[in-house]
Amino acid sequence: MDEFFVLLVSTLDATIRVATPLVLASLAGLYAERSGVIDIGLEGKMLASAFAAASAAYVMNSAWMGLLGGIGISVVLALVHGFACITHRGNQVVSGVAINILVAGLTVTLGIAWFSRGGQTPALTNDARFSPLIWPGAEALTGVPVIGALYSEIISGHNLLVYVAYLAVPLTWWVVYRTRFGLRLRAVGENPSAVDTAGISVTALRYQAMMCCGLLCGIAGTYLSTAQNAAFVKNMTAGQGFIALAAMIFGKWRPVPAMLACLLFGFLDAVANRIQGVKMPVVGEIPVQLIQALPYILTVILLAGFIGKAVAPKASGIPYVKER
Amino acid sequence: MKQILLAASAAIILSAASASAADVKPAVVFDMGGKFDKSFNEGVYNGVEKFKAETGISYREFEVTNETQREQALRKMAQRGADPVVGVGFAQGPAMEKVAKEFPDTRFTIIDMVVDLPNVQSVVFKEQEGSFLVGALAAAASQSGKVGFVGGMDIPLIRRFACGYEQGAKHAGASTEVIQNMTGTTPAAWNDPSKGGELAKSQFDRGVDVVYAAAGGTGIGVYQAAKDSGKLAIGVDSNQNYLHPGTMLTSMLKRVDVAAYNAFKGAQDGTWKPGIQVLGLAEGGIDWALDEHNKGLITPEMQAMVDKVKADIIAGTITVHDYMSDNSCSY
Repeated sequence: MDEFFVLLVSTLDATIRVATPLVLASLAGLYAERSGVIDIGLEGKMLASAFAAASAAYVMNSAWMGLLGGIGISVVLALVHGFACITHRGNQVVSGVAINILVAGLTVTLGIAWFSRGGQTPALTNDARFSPLIWPGAEALTGVPVIGALYSEIISGHNLLVYVAYLAVPLTWWVVYRTRFGLRLRAVGENPSAVDTAGISVTALRYQAMMCCGLLCGIAGTYLSTAQNAAFVKNMTAGQGFIALAAMIFGKWRPVPAMLACLLFGFLDAVANRIQGVKMPVVGEIPVQLIQALPYILTVILLAGFIGKAVAPKASGIPYVKER
Repeated sequence: MKQILLAASAAIILSAASASAADVKPAVVFDMGGKFDKSFNEGVYNGVEKFKAETGISYREFEVTNETQREQALRKMAQRGADPVVGVGFAQGPAMEKVAKEFPDTRFTIIDMVVDLPNVQSVVFKEQEGSFLVGALAAAASQSGKVGFVGGMDIPLIRRFACGYEQGAKHAGASTEVIQNMTGTTPAAWNDPSKGGELAKSQFDRGVDVVYAAAGGTGIGVYQAAKDSGKLAIGVDSNQNYLHPGTMLTSMLKRVDVAAYNAFKGAQDGTWKPGIQVLGLAEGGIDWALDEHNKGLITPEMQAMVDKVKADIIAGTITVHDYMSDNSCSY
């Protein structure tokens, strides 16, 4: 029982770490899609900001400079996407895919040119990373059964960006459902001509949404290369942008359900890491392939059977043409 | 008259011989990463630089920066009359197979891959022997009696590393428990440091205190996780001890510098032969790393133990099972 509890705590701890970039990226996608812009380029923006953050943090030996660099490049890419899709009414999926491909190549090429490490960036020292924050009382409580372990392992001991990610969820909820900007954001994704009729610029609103998207993707990428890891490695996002996109659809474009979907993916991943190679009762050792497919299989089952119909914002993916 | 003729012909033969030696125009095509990648390519670079310093013969080189350049680079070298042409890494296999057919008179050497053509020399390594050594070291350094392995993509080559490591760990301590994880089943598994770090942490949670990664870029995350958790990690392919001095126990070395040097040298003195060359401990193609970054972690007893294991493997008293010979790890 005791061993099981320790395992459970470490699994939940890992869940929070793994789900953090997913939460940030799915919120980023939420802002974009709520405004009516499909963003396939979450993956590319995360990758670019991971590279920029690792490079800036290494050169200036500061995690904060890394964060600034990561957010900067991500916002620029989000605006490029906006320029193509909002201003020039280009195909949103094509533009997003283009950003993904561009970034995948560019980061490696720049990495080779700048650091000569085969596309990797040099490892960061602890000064240039976001290190774990130990909450007050965590040390004292470690001895207390159950609560102590929960507090010191799961709540305390993460880095700043993890807390930022989970605080961004209620913040996003508040912004989307309780502010004037949020109301307009939702309206512009459902019925942009109504917003336009009310005298509010559709273009400006969508650009603002893209900047929110870029900001959150930038934090997600920075987390990957300067907090969870200590260097950029080519293609290090490894599909997390797309998983975040799936989580957002899973959560029906709402912040809290999207976060729960991310936590579910993170939990399945953490469990998969822990049961690989372990002899299970009855079934014996489960093959690696099956374990790694588990999150995806469950996604399909849950999507098909339990979640119900996922309805996207009505104007999502449709460029707005002002009637003349 | 006869003597003069003999002397003249001898002189001609001699000059022809020296001409052919001077005629060696070696070339090397580095793979993605470039020659200062602190890893595989840099190893090759060190080998060919050694050849250059010893013989004074310079070489042509090219650094591939994207996947489409491999074939072009190899072809261009052959067209310009370079001989031998050395290709680095398994990724150049298909390109070399194509180009070597087009230039049957040019000698090609590929490192870490087999290309079965009459003008290609393939140099591969007995990774299981090196993994055995570091497995024995891991078991000796472990306090908990549990050691871990993180592999990249789940392919027989990586199983070979894992199997050698497991044998080595059990050799040093029969009760040692080896926990193995593979990162994935697609090529993305070579570049997923986050997942590598998570796998390492999950092993640490299960009591592992030494982890060996054979996972390309994913390994970077494993070594970082070991450093962050205060555990030990073992590098692979090239000497990665410098990455985190103090928590890198050692590295399993594939001496690609030896392979590259031998290819150039062999072509120069005429001993170059096509076919497969398998380099192991006995040939000096495999080793473990001991340098200023990890000497504090290796006790004299550990060093003596590894030296004995190494001698035993070379002498044949320890046989290391090769996973790829029968696709199973039964030893």
